[in-house]
Amino acid sequence: MLVLVGDLGAGKTAFSKAYGAALGVTEPMTSPTFTLAREYQGRLPLHHLDVYRLEMMSEVLDLDLPDLLDSGGVVLIEWGDAILSTLPADFLEIRFTFGEGDDDRHIELRPVGARWCGREAALADALGTSIAGGEPC
Amino acid sequence: MGLILAIETSCDETAASVVESGTNVLSSVVSSQIDIHARYGGVVPEVASRAHVEMLTPVIAQAMVEAGIEPDELTAVAATVGPGLIGSLLIGVSAAKSLALVWDKPFVPVNHLEGHLYAASLEEPDMPMPVVTLLVSGGHTMLVLQEGHGQYRLLGETLDDAAGEAFDKVARYLGLGYPGGPIIDRMAADGDPMAISFPRAMMNDGYDFSFSGLKTSVVNHVRKNPDAADVDVAASFQEAVVDVLVTKARRAVHEYGAEALCIGGGVAANSGLRERVLDVCVEDGLRALIPSRSMCTDNAAMIAAAGWWRWQSDGGASLDHGADSSLRLQTI
Repeated sequence: MLVLVGDLGAGKTAFSKAYGAALGVTEPMTSPTFTLAREYQGRLPLHHLDVYRLEMMSEVLDLDLPDLLDSGGVVLIEWGDAILSTLPADFLEIRFTFGEGDDDRHIELRPVGARWCGREAALADALGTSIAGGEPC
Repeated sequence: MGLILAIETSCDETAASVVESGTNVLSSVVSSQIDIHARYGGVVPEVASRAHVEMLTPVIAQAMVEAGIEPDELTAVAATVGPGLIGSLLIGVSAAKSLALVWDKPFVPVNHLEGHLYAASLEEPDMPMPVVTLLVSGGHTMLVLQEGHGQYRLLGETLDDAAGEAFDKVARYLGLGYPGGPIIDRMAADGDPMAISFPRAMMNDGYDFSFSGLKTSVVNHVRKNPDAADVDVAASFQEAVVDVLVTKARRAVHEYGAEALCIGGGVAANSGLRERVLDVCVEDGLRALIPSRSMCTDNAAMIAAAGWWRWQSDGGASLDHGADSSLRLQTI
């Protein structure tokens, strides 16, 4: 599960589209804001969720995240900040902030939970950089 | 002649309507949940479902009483089966199927998008074909070429955000409230549409749309110019959206030899868009099919109109027909 956090226009949707493309999703990934969730088929099933409108716990429960995670696919949640405290134990938080120029963005990764912490070294390797901002795993 | 009772619960409006022969609206009742959702800055699905359950029975009863008809006079009962929020859709579909069963009438499933395409026909019964319709709402943005009843070609659609979604998100970012469309529309009237030059994505390139970059561009501008007047930002943003929508729709009308340009969906209630469509049609000698505002936003009369044509072409559906939150427009 990847949790995308950042203000409007910070790049969450752009990241989602690129992620989907990298996963082999060929159909256009449109904003899931209206229907809350859309499902795509790449090399793995991809569940694209947008909780922009959700501010109540019961709503998050309705999305049935544990069930989605058990489906063996990837769950990508935009605006995950609002529901961080209700998320299952294991996820990678990807935080987008604005940089100097219009097109500059800072991206911070934070592994949460034993499974994602176990992948920290592999993540850093793949990115060729250190993983900043994370709490000690 | 035929009388259709239609039920619409795909998003945040609970609506029922009785329409005669697809064009004569005998009643159209809409109970909006806007006040309920305003404090959340958008539609909250679970809240919407509960409100539909509470409102649906009185709304249907009112539609029947206002129309002055008895159930046995109905030809069929229609309902929106998608696309929309699944919890909301199921309430309207279940109600319609129950009534169809009890009253022994056929059940007609209707695509919400087809409803928007038929909204203009309620006020313009002799809709010319082929017609190009710009369908713009909170969940959808598409250009459709209609060559006959039920015969659609999808010319293009949004690759990211819907136009109405861009209005809502920009309004929320500027702290203006919900729903964003009407608020930005009102503010734009007092602002300078030329004050800020926002990007017009893919304006001369195909018929697909993209509004995600425009939203980011508004955010970037406001971050750098915190003193920018909200009315100017609103007017310039609206101008950019209308520019792209109308430029593409106009090009499609000419490329496909349509006689009319039609609009539908909640964003079709926007003053800037309505004026521009009218201007273009006058300039190009086209018929402008612009539904009244109450027929642009979600309502059940448009579902009855589309349902009437569906009933004539496809007949009734089985009562185990379900709802589909991501239903697509059936194209040829």
